[in-house]
Amino acid sequence: MAIRPPTTDAAISVIDLHKSFDGKEVLRGLDLDVERGESLVVVGGSGAGKTVFLKHLIGLLPPDEGNVVVDGVDITLASPGVALDLRKRFGMSFQEGALFDSMTVFDNIAFPIRRHTERNREEVAARVHECLRLVRLNGVDTKHPAELSGGMRRRVGFARAIALEPEFLLFDEPTTGLDPINTAAIANVINVMRRELEVTAVTITHDMSLAFRIADRIAMLRRGVIIALDTPEQFRVHPDPYLQAFLKGEVPADEEEAL
Amino acid sequence: MVGREAVMMGWLDALGRVTLEALEELGRFFYILTQALLWAVRRPFDVAEWFRQMVRVGYDSVPVVLLTTMFTGMVLALQTYRGFERFHAEGFVGSVVALSLTRELAPVLVGLMVAGRVGSAMAAELGTMRVTEQIDALYAMATQPVQYLVVPRVGASVLMLPLLTLIGDAVGIIGGWMVAVGVFHANSVVYWHRTFQYLEVNDVTSGLIKAAFFGLILAGTGCAKGFYTSGGAEGVGRATTAAVVMGSVSILLSDFFLTKILF
Repeated sequence: MAIRPPTTDAAISVIDLHKSFDGKEVLRGLDLDVERGESLVVVGGSGAGKTVFLKHLIGLLPPDEGNVVVDGVDITLASPGVALDLRKRFGMSFQEGALFDSMTVFDNIAFPIRRHTERNREEVAARVHECLRLVRLNGVDTKHPAELSGGMRRRVGFARAIALEPEFLLFDEPTTGLDPINTAAIANVINVMRRELEVTAVTITHDMSLAFRIADRIAMLRRGVIIALDTPEQFRVHPDPYLQAFLKGEVPADEEEAL
Repeated sequence: MVGREAVMMGWLDALGRVTLEALEELGRFFYILTQALLWAVRRPFDVAEWFRQMVRVGYDSVPVVLLTTMFTGMVLALQTYRGFERFHAEGFVGSVVALSLTRELAPVLVGLMVAGRVGSAMAAELGTMRVTEQIDALYAMATQPVQYLVVPRVGASVLMLPLLTLIGDAVGIIGGWMVAVGVFHANSVVYWHRTFQYLEVNDVTSGLIKAAFFGLILAGTGCAKGFYTSGGAEGVGRATTAAVVMGSVSILLSDFFLTKILF
């Protein structure tokens, strides 16, 4: 087991992360640094541990072993109060949006603002519309999540994630189940949000077209560890046979028994 | 011999598993209640959410409580009148109806009806929120899910169940009076006199205390079941059923012990 001091300049340092569920090892010593202001995309097959990894970044899951250091604070050791304050600096978009279906779109986006700030009615409304503008949505204020299409639900999820002007944005499979045009639109929205908000973004996906559109760096997760980490250009010509198979959409030679 | 041992081991294995599962359930129930208690006294206080839950548990349950307790009071008068007639004690029907309702039937029936109406809905709602990651989303937005979801539900149930029971007491007694006077032509004045002659304040309050406990049990069970749901839509269905079954059974079991303690 490699013991490595946390690098201080990284926005998020993940050090030797281990996690098992019911005896099944999902993460097996994952190491990864997210640089300040970059857009890091973690790709990998289904069941590679992508979502589990992402949930560790915000403390939704506690690790069995290892550390997650955000801005110099180890969230695995932080007190509940410190962890709570740290979470306010994160915005997370969930796979299917995870919008509160008992509330309208407006109330969904206003939820974190009303909860964590003292803004008055007009200020809240202004911020909600500002967020909706950023994700290129309008006229959906009074709609309920069930009335929206999949792509629109994701965007409302984005709007809610950025409502508190977070420093870190986490995207869990932002394009799963969307058509190519919607995927491109979502990629554009993510790029606009990154540019205007100057955030550090971590996205997990198995959609390579999305990864190449939004990534500064791409990491490949396989069997609970990072097997490659590089810029999109270098990633395309990476020598790893599994990675090349993943890019080309082929079954890798050593994985047929798993499928 | 070996075969018999294997059967024995199988039985012991099953017994152990069932015991562990039951303990786990119990653990979750008490864990979520202690968490709720802890978070109940911290900011922010979700007044709107409390109010919403009080309407759902209390106000929306009034019709079903009216119907249930009204007919229970009526049938109680019907049955006791027929029985008491045999030894010429018809005059005490009012007392029996009032005592049975306030001490026992109104709290238990209200508890069971609300467990079916509201406990199940809590499990279904929280279960759906769990499997669609809405509970994770709350947590990610620096909001304690227990504080936002469980505290108002449990709190509203503990407050509203005694109120519903009080309504049930009154309506049930009126139902009994209607049958006694309307069907059996009992003297209305004597009936009312007998109703209150043996009724003590403690009879009513002990019923209300029981009702508050039942509220705690049914909301705690519904929330715990929903909060720890796994396995998609099927899991939500299972949680909902389990919330009603376990809530109802727990109400009936705890009723005996509460009654034993309270008197």
